[in-house]
Amino acid sequence: MRRRVARAFARHERLRLGLELSAPIAWLVVIYIGSLVALLVTAFYRLKTDPTGLITTIDSTLHLDNIRRLWDESVYRTTALRTLESAGIVTVVDAAVALPLAFYMAKVASRPARRALVVAVTMPLWAGYLVKGYAWRALLDPSGGALHEIFGHTPGFGFASTTIVLSYQWFPYMVIPLYAGLDRLPDSLLEASTDLGAKAGRTFRSVVLPQLRPAIVAGSIFTFSLTLGDFYMNRIVGGTNEFIGNVVYREFSVNLPFAAAYSLVPVAIMVVYLLVARATGALEEL
Amino acid sequence: MKRYHHAAIGALVLVLFAAACGSSSKGTGSNATSGGSTSVPTLQAIGKGEGSLSVLAWPGYAENGSTEKDVNWVTPFEQATGCKTTVKTFGTSDEAFNLFHTGAYDVVSASGDSSLRSVANGDAAPINTKLLTNYNDLWVNLRAKRWNTVNGVVYGVPHGWGANLLMYNANVVKPAPTSWSVVFDSKSPYKGKVTAYDSPIYIADAALYLMKHQPDLKITDPYALDDTQFTATINLLKQQHSIVGEYWSDYLKEQEAFTKQSLVLGTTWQVITNLVQGDKTAPPVKAVIPSEGSTAWSDSWELYAKTKHPNCAYMWMNWITKPDVQAQVAEWFGEAPANLKACALTKAKDHCSIYHASDQSFYNKLYYWTTPTAKCVDGRTDVTCKSYADWTAAWDQIKGS
Repeated sequence: MRRRVARAFARHERLRLGLELSAPIAWLVVIYIGSLVALLVTAFYRLKTDPTGLITTIDSTLHLDNIRRLWDESVYRTTALRTLESAGIVTVVDAAVALPLAFYMAKVASRPARRALVVAVTMPLWAGYLVKGYAWRALLDPSGGALHEIFGHTPGFGFASTTIVLSYQWFPYMVIPLYAGLDRLPDSLLEASTDLGAKAGRTFRSVVLPQLRPAIVAGSIFTFSLTLGDFYMNRIVGGTNEFIGNVVYREFSVNLPFAAAYSLVPVAIMVVYLLVARATGALEEL
Repeated sequence: MKRYHHAAIGALVLVLFAAACGSSSKGTGSNATSGGSTSVPTLQAIGKGEGSLSVLAWPGYAENGSTEKDVNWVTPFEQATGCKTTVKTFGTSDEAFNLFHTGAYDVVSASGDSSLRSVANGDAAPINTKLLTNYNDLWVNLRAKRWNTVNGVVYGVPHGWGANLLMYNANVVKPAPTSWSVVFDSKSPYKGKVTAYDSPIYIADAALYLMKHQPDLKITDPYALDDTQFTATINLLKQQHSIVGEYWSDYLKEQEAFTKQSLVLGTTWQVITNLVQGDKTAPPVKAVIPSEGSTAWSDSWELYAKTKHPNCAYMWMNWITKPDVQAQVAEWFGEAPANLKACALTKAKDHCSIYHASDQSFYNKLYYWTTPTAKCVDGRTDVTCKSYADWTAAWDQIKGS
């Protein structure tokens, strides 16, 4: 019996492949896609409250109530725009700081220095996200934090601090793709540009940047989407500031369908972002 | 062709999930409504223990030595009753309410902002107080109150309580505040250093303030707010939002902020004040009940309606209300014990006086948390009041403003 099964497997390659892949594919479909679909469907359920206002049940027929509430009540739009603004700033700041650093790492630094820099850039990822958050809280504290002591000024706890700390948290995710992109860029291109009389700025604009675009897009996908989904830094250094995630976290235990509906907003934003990235052709070159 | 194939599979997955989710939600829905009919009948005598018990509690209420080695009243309970006890803690009342609804827990330490919801949806069972050995020793002001008793039927055994006080940094806040106005006034000199409790139930604090300062609104109970009263309260909280530096729900967060002085003024619990006062690096802080009075919380043990371990559950409720255990819990958690016989057994002899455990005049200034319902809890029948669901939705508006 066992031999017959073995023979069948040996003869039918596709059968073998199918069995081998079935577990990971099942995982992908059930856990990964399944949870997203569940989220999507739940967003169209609604919370029904009995006349006393005490008993709430989830009505699993499909309605647009949650979407309407998101649209009608301006606070949710304001919070979404605030989150989007922070994600934009984080991405721009990270790209602006990471570009020269990555260029130095890939094109200027000696081998040992390059290796040391790669380690230095990725090292913060070894420390916990919360640990870094609380360390920043100590730095930013408006009453006697390190920044206040040294510079006499700190942005205090709020939107600015959250954005600064998130820029720090996601910085490695921008540097590494840029470094990889620049590493692939042949030095000869830069030399050719210089030979043709281009100054550094022109070479950067006309040679480096176009070649580097897919890497920038890759890095920005990380910084942008991670910021969109973040809620905990607001709790540590955000003061009273709130992002989409904070509202989702609060509503999750009270009104699950509404929380699901609101969490579709960052998903939708990311889909648009990826479509735009694809339209510019950046994704094909990754 | 291949493309269509993929689309078809995608659609199939979607439909399957929709179906699965739909049916499961309907399942819980019907459970909730039929909860009453399948409930275990109220126990008439405590029999032999079932050998196990699942406790859902605020952190600090059911300690088994895992937090600190010597802080343990669960293991002695297990040894005395043979009920192997698992403890699950929760962070907010909403979390407690949802976890209790899953049916995985036999008892829960419910605060007033969730207790009545559990009664209404059939999760909490009536309690036979004749089986409670310590019931008559529990402070009379906590027994059979609106947050643990419905239509005369007791659903909750008092555990302990505390008032929401006004804490201030005595170095910075001068003169010493006597009114909550310092945390609500938009022109407060302490702008950016004010704190408030991060939960919809905090709306009651603002309602209490308006009850005393805007008599024309005719608020008689901070938990019974009609449309006009509710709007005025929410507006006050939105105004407060501009002077709040940080909201707190985790008490360590408030302790840290007051110690480092990034916050100097706001609502607190006695235990947080004690912690800050005990820290030598912290500024001097004081906690008072302002002239308007204050809101307060009182937690009660509720019993799951379909519990498979009713005997162990009653044994637990008897254990946790015993004077010596009450003394341990009250000191560890930092609250007033419900059982006044505990006052003689606390390590700190002044524990009960610090927490005003049996202080009638203190009690008279308090408005205990209860769940707001559409039927006004102050007895008005000519208007509808805002229910807890409305309070939660409003909290989004306040926090996002």
